[in-house]
Amino acid sequence: MFEIIFLQFLNGLDKGAAYALIALGLTLVFGTLGVVNFAHGALFMLGAFCAVTVRMFLTMETVTIDPEKLSPWGAPLEVREPLVQAWLGDFGAVLVNYSVPLSILITIPIMLLVGIGLERGIIKHFYKRTHAEQILVTFGLAIVAQEVIKSVFGPNPIPQPMPTDLRGAADIGAWLGMQANVITYPVWRLIYFVFAGVVIGGVFAFLQFTTFGMVVRAGMADRETVGLLGINIDRRFTIMFGLAAVVAGMAGVMYTPLLPPNYHLGMDFLVLSFVVVVVGGMGSLPGAVAAGFLLGILQSFASMNQVKAIFPGIDQIIIYLVAVIILLVRPRGLMGRRGVMEA
Amino acid sequence: MTTFMSRNDLFLFLGFTVVVLAMPIWLAPFGAGYPDLLQRFMIFGIFAVGFNILFGLTGYLSFGHAAFFGVGSYAAVWSFKLLTLDAIPAMIFAVLISGLFALIIGFLCLRRSGIYFSILTLAFAQMSYNLAYSVLTPITNGETGLQLTLADPRFLDAAMGQTFSGQPVPTLLGQQLGGYAGFYFCAGFLILSFFIAQRIAGSPFGMMLKAIKSNQTRMQFTGFNTRPYALSAFVISGMYAGLAGALLAVTDPLAGAERMQWTASGEVVLMTILGGVGTLVGPVIGAWIIKYFENILSALNDNILARFWSFLPEGVADVVVKITSKFVGDGWHLTLGLAFVIVVIFLPGGIMEGVRRIAAAFRRSGSSSAKPSARTQPAE
Repeated sequence: MFEIIFLQFLNGLDKGAAYALIALGLTLVFGTLGVVNFAHGALFMLGAFCAVTVRMFLTMETVTIDPEKLSPWGAPLEVREPLVQAWLGDFGAVLVNYSVPLSILITIPIMLLVGIGLERGIIKHFYKRTHAEQILVTFGLAIVAQEVIKSVFGPNPIPQPMPTDLRGAADIGAWLGMQANVITYPVWRLIYFVFAGVVIGGVFAFLQFTTFGMVVRAGMADRETVGLLGINIDRRFTIMFGLAAVVAGMAGVMYTPLLPPNYHLGMDFLVLSFVVVVVGGMGSLPGAVAAGFLLGILQSFASMNQVKAIFPGIDQIIIYLVAVIILLVRPRGLMGRRGVMEA
Repeated sequence: MTTFMSRNDLFLFLGFTVVVLAMPIWLAPFGAGYPDLLQRFMIFGIFAVGFNILFGLTGYLSFGHAAFFGVGSYAAVWSFKLLTLDAIPAMIFAVLISGLFALIIGFLCLRRSGIYFSILTLAFAQMSYNLAYSVLTPITNGETGLQLTLADPRFLDAAMGQTFSGQPVPTLLGQQLGGYAGFYFCAGFLILSFFIAQRIAGSPFGMMLKAIKSNQTRMQFTGFNTRPYALSAFVISGMYAGLAGALLAVTDPLAGAERMQWTASGEVVLMTILGGVGTLVGPVIGAWIIKYFENILSALNDNILARFWSFLPEGVADVVVKITSKFVGDGWHLTLGLAFVIVVIFLPGGIMEGVRRIAAAFRRSGSSSAKPSARTQPAE
C-alpha cells in the first residue's frame, strides 16, 4: 500500500511542477504589475512551440531522388539526408537527439523579447484599467496567439521525442533501499521535476539575494515609495514580466516530451494554473509553488482506482473542488497576504 | 399606455421588434437570410442579453455561463424524451432547472467578488463540463451527446395517445418547428427576453444592480444587503442562458457537453464586450456580428479569395490571398481575437460606444465633446 501511495505521489510531481512553474510566472506578473494575465498559458504554449521549431530546423533534410533504385512500392527511391548530420557528423546527431533541452537556450531570449514586447506594447496601457478589462484584453491576446500557432503549425499535436539516453524508467524504489522494480518512474519526469526545482530556486534566489531582486520586492510591497526614491521601478517590472514569460516558456519546452504540444495547450493549462494561483493566494510566490505541487499531487491521488471507486468522477473535478472550497473558506488562499485582493 | 414605458423605451422596443421580425428580409442581401443562421442569431442574442443582466448591470464577470446554457439544453432534451415533444413544456422545464442550478452556484460564487468570482464561476463550469463527460454519462450521454430516439417514453404524449413515426422532432402544438417557424419561435423569445431585460434595467431593481456595480461598499454602508440583489441578477441571467440553451435544443435536438466548455463561456463574454457592455441592444448586436462573421468568414476559402483579389496584379494577388487566407476559414478565430483585442484597447464600450462617438461627432457644434462612456467596473 505504501508503494502505491508513494508512486502516486511521484506521479503528481511532474504535473505539479508544471502547474507550479506557470503559477509562479502568473504570480510574478500579478505581484509586480498588478495585472491578471490570461495570456500566460499562451506563453507556456509558445515556449513549447519554440522547441517544435528548433527541432524542425535541426531535422531539415535534403531529398534527392535516386532513379536507379525503387522503393518497395515501385516509386523512385527518395534518399533523405539530414542536413545537420551531413554538416556536423556525429555531433549533429547528438544535437538532434538533445533538441528539447537545447531549445531552452533559444527559448530564453525569444520569450524574453516576447514578454517585454507584450508588456511595453499592450499590457502597459492596462495598469490603470480594471481587472475585468485586463482579463479581457489578455484573453483576446491568448486567442490571437493560439490561432497564430494553429495557422502555422496546424491543429494536430506534434510529438517531440525525448533524448534517447533519457528514455526509460528510473528505479527509485531501489535507490531508496526498497525492493527493486516496485517503484519505477520515467526518467524524463524526474528531470522535469528537478528542472522545475532549479528554476523555482533560481527565481527565488534572484529575488532574494540580488539588488535587482530586492528592488523588485520593495516595489511589490510599495511601488509608489520605491518610485519616489528615484528608482525606475517600471523598467524593472517590465523585466520581471519578461522573466515570467521566460519561466513559462522554459516550462513549456521541457513539457513537450510528456505531452505533445498543440495550439490549445496554453488554454488547457491556463485555467488550471489560475486555479492554482488563487488557491495559493494571489501575489504569494511560495503559495503559488506550494499550491501547484499540492494540486498536482492531489490530482494524481484522485485518479487512483481505489479513490475513484468511492467518489466516482473525482479525478475530473478535484482541482476545481479544492479551489471552490478554499476560496469559500479562506478567500486569500493558502499563503496570500492579508489584504491583497481579499474580497 | 400611461407611464408604463417611457416614449424612448417604447420606440426602442418597437424598433427592435420590427428589426428582429424583418430579419429574413433585410439580411437576405447579406447572404444571411436563411433560417438556420437566423435561429442562431436569436439564440445567442438571448444568451448575450442575459449575460449582460449580470455583467453589464452588476459588474460581476462570470466566466462560467456556458454551464447554464448546457444545463438548459440537457433539460430541454430530457423534457422531449420523458414528457412530450412539445416545445413549450421543454422551455419551462429548462428555464426552471437552469434557474435552480444558477441559484445554487450563484449562492456560493457571490460570496466573493472581482477576479475570485470569475475564477469560482469558471471552476463550477469546468466541473459541470468534466462531470458531463465522465460520471454523469447516464444523464448526458457523454461524448455522443443526448439525442432523441423513437424508443423514448414521452409519458405525456403517450397519455394523450399520440404516436410518432420516423425521427422524432420537437413540435409546437403539433406543428413542426423547422425552418422559418423555428426562427419566429426563437424570435418571439428574443423579443420577450429583450422586453424583460428592458423592464429590469429601468426598474428600481435595475437601479440597485447598477448601484452594486458602481460602489458595492457604499451600498452596504447605507444599509442595503446587496447579495440578494446580485443573486437575483445571477439567477435571472442563468435562466436566460438556460432558455437560450433550450432553444438550441429545440432547433437541433442534440445536446453535447462541449456547449458547457469554458471557451463557450468566453464566447458570450466576447459578444457582450464587442457589442457594448451595459447597453440593452449592444450584446444582441455583438452576438449577431460574431455569429454572422463566424458563418461568412469560416465558409471562405482560397478560391473565393483568389476571385475576390483578382483585380490585383498577379504576384501581389498571390501574396494577398496567402495572407488573407490565414484570417478566414478555420482561421476566423484569429480575426475574432484581433478584433476583440482592438475593441478592448480602443473602444472599451464596444460597438455601441463607437456608434455614440460617431453620433456625437456629427452632433458636435464645436464646443461639446463626446461624453465619456460608461466603463465597466468590476464589483470589488
